[in-house]
Amino acid sequence: MMDKKEFRHIGKPLDRVDALEKVTGKPIYVHDMELPGMLYAKVLHSPYARAKIKSIDTSAAEVLSGVKAILTGKDTSHKIGLYLVDKRIIARDITRYQGEVVAAVAAVDEATAERAISLIKVEYEELPAVLTIDDALEGEILVHEDINELDGGGVFFPQKDSNIASWNKTIVGDVEKAFEEADLVVESKMYLPAAAHTPLETHVAIAEADPYSDKIKIWTSAQSPFAVRQLMAKSFGISEAAIQVIVPSIGGGFGGKAGVHLEPLITLLSKACNGRPVKLKATRREEFNQLPTRAAMRSRIKTGVMKDGKITALKVYYDWDSGAYADYGANVGRTAIYSGAGPYEIPNVEIHSRTLYTNKVFSTAYRGFGHLETHWIIERQMDIIAQKLGMDPYDFRMKNVLKPGKRTISGEIITESTGSPSDCLKAVVEEIDWAGYQSDEERNRQLKTGKVRGKGFALLHKAPSMPTNTATSVIMQMDGDGKVKVLIGAIDMGQGANTVVAQIVAEVLDIPIEDVEVVWGADTDKHPYDWQTVASKFTLMGGNAVIRAANDMLGQMKEVAAQVFRCNVDKLRHKDSHIYHVHHMDKSLPYSKLARGYVYEDGSAIGGIVIGRGSYIADGLTNLDPETGQGLPALSWTYGAHGVDLEVDVETGDIHIFKIASAFDVGRVINRKLIDGQIKGGVVQGLGSAIFEGYIFNEDGQVMNPSFTDYKIPTAMDIPDEMVSIFIENPEFDGPFGARGVAEHPMISVPSVIGNALYDALGINFYELPLSPENVALTIVNNTQKY
Amino acid sequence: MCNHNRKKDCFEYVDSQLPRVPLELVVNGEKVYELIDPTMTLLDFLRNNLKLFGTKEGCGEGECGACTVIMNNKTVNSCLVLAVEAQEADILTIEGLSKGGELSILQQEFIKHDALQCGFCTPGMLMSARALLDRNPDPTVEKIKEGISGNFCRCTGYQSVIDAVLSAAKREREELR
Ligand code: FES
Ligand code: FES
Repeated sequence: MMDKKEFRHIGKPLDRVDALEKVTGKPIYVHDMELPGMLYAKVLHSPYARAKIKSIDTSAAEVLSGVKAILTGKDTSHKIGLYLVDKRIIARDITRYQGEVVAAVAAVDEATAERAISLIKVEYEELPAVLTIDDALEGEILVHEDINELDGGGVFFPQKDSNIASWNKTIVGDVEKAFEEADLVVESKMYLPAAAHTPLETHVAIAEADPYSDKIKIWTSAQSPFAVRQLMAKSFGISEAAIQVIVPSIGGGFGGKAGVHLEPLITLLSKACNGRPVKLKATRREEFNQLPTRAAMRSRIKTGVMKDGKITALKVYYDWDSGAYADYGANVGRTAIYSGAGPYEIPNVEIHSRTLYTNKVFSTAYRGFGHLETHWIIERQMDIIAQKLGMDPYDFRMKNVLKPGKRTISGEIITESTGSPSDCLKAVVEEIDWAGYQSDEERNRQLKTGKVRGKGFALLHKAPSMPTNTATSVIMQMDGDGKVKVLIGAIDMGQGANTVVAQIVAEVLDIPIEDVEVVWGADTDKHPYDWQTVASKFTLMGGNAVIRAANDMLGQMKEVAAQVFRCNVDKLRHKDSHIYHVHHMDKSLPYSKLARGYVYEDGSAIGGIVIGRGSYIADGLTNLDPETGQGLPALSWTYGAHGVDLEVDVETGDIHIFKIASAFDVGRVINRKLIDGQIKGGVVQGLGSAIFEGYIFNEDGQVMNPSFTDYKIPTAMDIPDEMVSIFIENPEFDGPFGARGVAEHPMISVPSVIGNALYDALGINFYELPLSPENVALTIVNNTQKY
Repeated sequence: MCNHNRKKDCFEYVDSQLPRVPLELVVNGEKVYELIDPTMTLLDFLRNNLKLFGTKEGCGEGECGACTVIMNNKTVNSCLVLAVEAQEADILTIEGLSKGGELSILQQEFIKHDALQCGFCTPGMLMSARALLDRNPDPTVEKIKEGISGNFCRCTGYQSVIDAVLSAAKREREELR
């Protein structure tokens, strides 16, 4: 590994490359787009969680002037789905959640479309619905009657005649025997509600679909243009090449804009309107009600430990209230079986993760999917066990934490290259001055003041959850003046991919950062392939692809320079935008003299246009064994930990956070400023899940808080007094300059750390999120009554 | 939910078909005169009529602050203000925050502190920060938090925004004396 100070751009806190546009209000989001001849779409939603559609009468809407097309379920037989193909583009015969699309209209303006929607008459027969995890498991009512026809492709396991979209498991060793032999067995039941991503820009898409051919052109606020293309091609039975997906600036994603959402529907509408472009922009209410969420989850967990603190057995059920369609939810469930034990070594493990269909708004990926949820369970349970053992929770974790040479629960061997969770934990525990749980005496003394201080910490780990053949690629071309234009297929939605790419290109080519331009706005017709911008995979995968592309360029330039200097290629080096001869430094050519071929004095030319190409595939990953969950699911783990120092108002339940310290083993900091932003942003988003957020459903399965008035996210007033980011740099051997991904991780374990600190403060264990003032105050009251 | 001009669940501007009314105001230092739909919001007027797309819409109901503009030296959620209420008003939007190809100090500090990620909240955030510094050139952290508390940001966690405003305040006091 090179020493840090040898780098020209890596590790520098460079400004993000798109900052100038963003502070001047220049970027164009799909929200802002207008196309000639564009029509506007509106949709009609099911008011019921589950209902039979008996009839739809569109006659009054059809005759309204300005209405160009009306579609209902009978107009389309296409089904779509990310992993399990289970969703109709428009509901037909039956609706499966309140908010599901039942009809759609395209008209000359939104007013007309809206008026047309109000003229559509639907006769429903309301049906009993599956609204709880227990309803779903009972399986008396099936959300999908045709579940037996679903194909999980050996990765997901839909269960016959049930509401289980996928049942994934890990079974290692013999848990039952280990429980018998354990000194202590601790069982808990925990829960967290569904949550919303709430990107500030709601989902929006425009489609232009040629009625005379397969050609489709889409502008969308998607994280995954190539996935949109692939899934639509599959659904419509057409070639991927026929579909062009363009993503300009996007106003936040957080997983909610991964996969495919509004695009197929507006494509059908555009086709029905003779190919005129049709725009559909979700309202904030639709963002909550129609578009997907993070699933609620209930867990039963049982852990066996020995007196010395060694964990010998873990048995967990993770039951995901995943809503009406599987979407990403099935993969969220799958993630739990290889990462749902936390970063610990446990010899006997049984994990059952069941993605359940219910008649609620469906769920999808949400920043670090599966991990915030499972870590809420695991990291709370770790503290509860430590309490029962009378052991310091720090020592207890250190006793069990993964180290090089140990195995993860899916059988993967951890190496030095994986990084160090212990380093992260140690760093945060020092930062918050942890000195063990406070005594009851100390607690009671503070209780009299009405405010109690508490500290806590929690570990976390995550690896990208992705198909075994996930790939990404880069193309870059050098201009005549030696500047470089880079094309990537990933989307920079604020996480800073484009800036990181520019830094890596500039570093490898040793050119000024200003000489690199990462071409904004992914376009599947022009940009090279990227699987999806999810999973914090791009720094590692894209970074490596970029290094390869830059080296490809250097190789091409050296080949030409070798001819000019009449030397062997291996005698050539590069530095500061020049190729030079290692022995004869005066023999040197600037990139600009090679970028478009080299021209001799007599005018004759050799070489050609310098175009670099690089790709990276996650090789060596395997599917997990359906019965035991063993295999190689993880390309690269990133470890982290949070520590918190807070105060809780015993009367109101209000939590005031003095300090939250977050440490991540990022391998190598590529851009300190950007990574710091990822951490602080993620931590605050995690505080949202910890303290504020959660869907509220009524007994009919209707969302009761589908607006920012009723669904509160953190504001500037709610952030901790101090947020400290700590970067640990144990290099990832395959990472670009040793770096790992960390964009999602900061959100993980934030709820757990708050829960753990609340125990320290109050001596009360919390099992349910959110830890809202009402819930905290109520729990305090219930617990004090017991005494 | 605001329903000045909006049908239930309508997110885009919807023409009421009522007789037009004259509107005269100043936007980013330029005089504007137009005949407009009296039910139109200021946000829709800026985006639809003036094609100033920098001001964003995140909720349309006065909760998120993405649509914040400065009207007569005060911030307003332009999704909640009728355009006709801005009669004779002086409006400042993100497009008017800097002139002549040079960024304002506040914008420079937003870049320096990386006070933005996806950028969707940024125009509104900048306008709230601008108005805050106009009324209080030396705000405390607490005052800054209050000043931007009406602007949701799902990306940054606000700390970098607060840092940017703090150091912009300092620079403005030093440099714009
Ligand atoms: S769009 Fe005006 S406050 Fe959200
Ligand atoms: S930068 Fe994305 S919402 Fe603030």
